[in-house]
Amino acid sequence: MTKISIESVRARAESDAKTFGYYLTPDPELLQGLLEGLKVNEDRYGYPSCPCRLASGNLQIDRDIICPCDYRDPDVAEYGACYCRLYVNKNFYEKKGELPTVPERRPLDKQSRAFMAATVTESTAAGKETKPTETTGEKVSMEVKSKLWYCSQCGYVVFREDAPYVCPICKAKREMFKEIKTRIDFLG
Amino acid sequence: MPFSKVQGTKNQHKVVIYALSTCVWCKMTKQFLKDNQIEFEFIDVDQCEPAEKEQIRQQILSKGGSLNYPTTIVDDKTVITGFRKDLLKAALDV
Repeated sequence: MTKISIESVRARAESDAKTFGYYLTPDPELLQGLLEGLKVNEDRYGYPSCPCRLASGNLQIDRDIICPCDYRDPDVAEYGACYCRLYVNKNFYEKKGELPTVPERRPLDKQSRAFMAATVTESTAAGKETKPTETTGEKVSMEVKSKLWYCSQCGYVVFREDAPYVCPICKAKREMFKEIKTRIDFLG
Repeated sequence: MPFSKVQGTKNQHKVVIYALSTCVWCKMTKQFLKDNQIEFEFIDVDQCEPAEKEQIRQQILSKGGSLNYPTTIVDDKTVITGFRKDLLKAALDV
């Protein structure tokens, strides 16, 4: 697999921050550490999963933590920074305060999947089979079942396990997303 | 994968860190403890064998921790999530 350069990781993050009106963290040492973590994960898994979260190496399971993660937009809106603090708002970019501690928004069952991925087969992760696992009293479903969602405000369509927290096109909230139900009939 | 031990002159507390090798906040936590001469053990969970990860998950949850990094556990009872200098200082008498 071709390795990605740290310059490419930085350029992509800068471009994404600009597109969405965010800034990269102003601390150069912290920024370098975060970009290096992204690079290691992209070299390792083939996609830049969040350096501050455990990835499974299975794309279906890790999809929500590929940077920029599903949780970035609501985290920046609520706390002024994303979970790992790569992306910040203008106030923190201009150092008008110490970077906040951002609590984990990713649900525990999704976090647990990364630890249990060793027991998951490709067919399970693709949603063809459900394999509930019971440990420490709780049940974790290993099934990742993607659905079609559309934004009822702008029409953006996405194929994901859950609807986005915020529409990347029109910024509508998750509540504006509706599931598109599909049905396949075999005749004859 | 065994825990790695970092020697320090201050070893009155048992300090264990669950970390990720890619996590800059985990590196800062380790560095903070080194700078303060505190002895600790750590494990980079992303470097573990797949079969070990489920054991680690259960270890963390059974001690009241969350699956966030870094998770620092002091004396098997105080759980500190994230790089929190204030909480580390209070728990380790720094």
